[in-house]
Amino acid sequence: MSVTLTVNGRRQTLDVADDTPLLWALRDHLQLTGTKYGCGIAQCGACTVHLNGNPVRSCSLPVSAADGQQVTTIEGAEGPEIRALQEAWHELAVYQCGYCQSGQLMTAANLLANNANPSDADIDQSMSGNICRCATYNRIRDGIKHAAGELSGSAGKADREGAQ
Amino acid sequence: MNRSTGLSRRLFLVRGAQAGAGLTLGLSLPMKILAADGVTGATGKNSDTRLDANAFVAITPDNRVIITIKHLEMGQGTYTGLATIVADEMDAAWEQVEAVSAPADKDKYKNLALGVQITGGSNAIRNSWTQMREAGAAARHMLLAAAAEQWQVPVGELSARSGEVIHAASGRRASYGELGTAAATQSVPDEVALKEPGDFTLIGKQQLPRKDTGKVDGSARFTQDVQWRGMLTAVVAHPPTFGGKVERFDAGEARKMPGVKAVLEIPTGVAVLAETFWQAQKAKNALAVEWDNSAGSGLSSGKLYAEYRELTGKPGLEAQSEGDAEAALAEGDSLEAFYEFPYIAHAAMEPMNCVVKKTDGGVQMWYGCQSQTWDQQAVAEVFGIRPEQVEIQTLYAGGSFGRRATLDGNYAREAAEIAKAYGKAVPIKLVWSREDDMTGGYYRPLYVHRVRATLDDQGGIDAWHQRIAGQSIFRAGPDKVDRTTVEGATGMPYTAANLQVEVHNTQELVTPHFWRSVAHTHTAYVAETFIDELAHKAGRDPVEFRLDLLGDHPRHAGVLKLAADKGGWGKSLPDGHFQGIAVHKSFETYVAELAEIARGEDGKFRVVRVTCAVDCGVAVNPDVIRQQMQGGIGFGLSAALFSEVTIENGRPQQDNFDSFQVLRMRHMPAVDVHIVPSAEAPTGVGEPGTPVVAPAVANALFAATGKRFRRLPFGKEVFSI
Ligand code: FES
Ligand code: FES
Repeated sequence: MSVTLTVNGRRQTLDVADDTPLLWALRDHLQLTGTKYGCGIAQCGACTVHLNGNPVRSCSLPVSAADGQQVTTIEGAEGPEIRALQEAWHELAVYQCGYCQSGQLMTAANLLANNANPSDADIDQSMSGNICRCATYNRIRDGIKHAAGELSGSAGKADREGAQ
Repeated sequence: MNRSTGLSRRLFLVRGAQAGAGLTLGLSLPMKILAADGVTGATGKNSDTRLDANAFVAITPDNRVIITIKHLEMGQGTYTGLATIVADEMDAAWEQVEAVSAPADKDKYKNLALGVQITGGSNAIRNSWTQMREAGAAARHMLLAAAAEQWQVPVGELSARSGEVIHAASGRRASYGELGTAAATQSVPDEVALKEPGDFTLIGKQQLPRKDTGKVDGSARFTQDVQWRGMLTAVVAHPPTFGGKVERFDAGEARKMPGVKAVLEIPTGVAVLAETFWQAQKAKNALAVEWDNSAGSGLSSGKLYAEYRELTGKPGLEAQSEGDAEAALAEGDSLEAFYEFPYIAHAAMEPMNCVVKKTDGGVQMWYGCQSQTWDQQAVAEVFGIRPEQVEIQTLYAGGSFGRRATLDGNYAREAAEIAKAYGKAVPIKLVWSREDDMTGGYYRPLYVHRVRATLDDQGGIDAWHQRIAGQSIFRAGPDKVDRTTVEGATGMPYTAANLQVEVHNTQELVTPHFWRSVAHTHTAYVAETFIDELAHKAGRDPVEFRLDLLGDHPRHAGVLKLAADKGGWGKSLPDGHFQGIAVHKSFETYVAELAEIARGEDGKFRVVRVTCAVDCGVAVNPDVIRQQMQGGIGFGLSAALFSEVTIENGRPQQDNFDSFQVLRMRHMPAVDVHIVPSAEAPTGVGEPGTPVVAPAVANALFAATGKRFRRLPFGKEVFSI
């Protein structure tokens, strides 16, 4: 069957079996390989993408369910949250093997978009669906807080500048 | 991408490899495979004019210094670590340095500690330390010589800094990129002077940006991401039990499914080839395979624990013997304990996979290869060709923890079998599902330890007697001691008047394998929880008790004191908080960890903090060391608290992250890492953080509950999941 979806702002029509998980449609049909396969059963979060702005496990979502919807992957992620997180990830040397990190970043970007100043408990709650076998959790936590700080700092700065 | 062969490049460097010099010279061709037509899966830039200073260093006219890394980057930071050493000695600027993977070539790129090209034993830095320094120093020497010739000044008047050669007297300077071509005509030095540690500019710096890039924007290429024109994806229906075989199968349905190119029986199961993963996976599910599971029907974890426990009642192979432990035990008031360790999977984030293509001249492969030499042998065996005909381009691995370095080639061999059975010269990507990965064996084996000990009148150890039963990872027979089963039990640092360590090597259908820190995963647990028991029996503080018995081992004592000090050992703690401590040396690195646990309102515990002290000699990249300690602690904690594979009737009972539980964000303690300043040669950090955390937490749990936990994992009931 054919499915039409908007991926990273571009309309794409795919000729795929409708039960193909969105993950494999992205990887094998659109060559968007930044989104990873880790478990296939919505347990690890490596495959996290945004569907209409909300994080979903693309391994467990049939592509047909995304028909007509907006999909954002790590390759196309934009906005202050993801930028701040990516910078923090470099600055704090968060990643090790890196395989889980697209998913971590997509989940964290959504957390920051909804919660500008997440507590440890908020981070535990939002991020515990994303496994990192390299156990980079300490730095993911620090990275999220660092990014949150940068965002509120720059937002605060913009406000101040705007007021002058 | 330009097509490039070695021939179009200027060659230089004529000195042959000098025995023992550690610097292997000659033209390296790390880009050769990358330049093959149609590949989009590999990383790296290409250049027709690049100059290779030696097997490890190349300088391009656009002023990039490309360092060839002979070890697999699997997250442990080896691209950064090895590049730091080379770049420091050659005075390159960190920003101009790029790291690329070495091709499979044992002569040039073998692990100097192990004699084959392999990443393991936490020795990437240790085995390459001098080799990388010499490679960098040789390149620097040639750059200086080239500048001296060009400027007609004595080389002694030149200095090098941050990727430039400088002539202070005339104010002249030139970048390495500018000098590369002229440097190519210089002869290779027979000897090079290495820097004094005080002159290091990069080594020991707190935080250099990592050289394994592309990992925050999805652009890093893992095996899973390799895409070739015309590539097929292969999946395999594997037997559900250890020792299982295909009895018969019906592929009629599967063959008719969209995208399916072939269904092939191979030695390890039934392979399905299709245009995409999902097509292959669906066809695999449609296969009707009848398995003969008889071989493994008697295999169960419960049975193995019972059998092994019985074995530890009988004398085994002697691994270490001092004095007469049995006689001393007979006299004293002895403590005795049995310990049980389960099979455990590595569960690297990227399930095993491999891309293979038959060519006229042999085979090309692209994947996160951890032992190029072993895999070349395995694949050559499949095709009946020579190992050198197997070209391997090593890509980033999404974790490994030992999993990817197999003695028999395992999944690389399977990929080769598929390519051979299919016969056509198209690229094939073998993709294992998480279930294939987790149920596929190559586990840290199941072990039982029996340990007995007595104290002497002064509170020292009079006798320590330990027997281990389980599989030898090197498949040693019944009459050979395999250090991968006993190390960490042998070589105990505590003074004991009488010491006996014995082992029973068992044989099972389950493939045994190296798992981050190998034998230390269980030997450290036994040593460090049992010494804690002895301390309590002696009525002593566990830290002081250990320190008294560590007389000849100052580096153990050093990290133990540092962890105790920084972690506030013995300080007053909030209600419901408890401490435990452990110290262990593995892979020549000394680590102590102090764990603090807290009881929650539901009565369940959490590990709230781990204070880690590490002595790994010269700290090449302090931040990578901290990363590896943090990650190693998280990895060890997973195994301590939750992870195991249990086998029933030959069948693994856990196949994905719902049943095989691993550490998640909410379980991760804060981790403080303290590095002991040292001028000793650097040693490894990938593994040594891992084995120490389980005993530290178990000792804290004893402080909290008065109970000893002697079977791993111990967290399912008492820790919050
Ligand atoms: S691959 Fe989708 S959650 Fe693991
Ligand atoms: S960085 Fe390796 S799995 Fe997260």
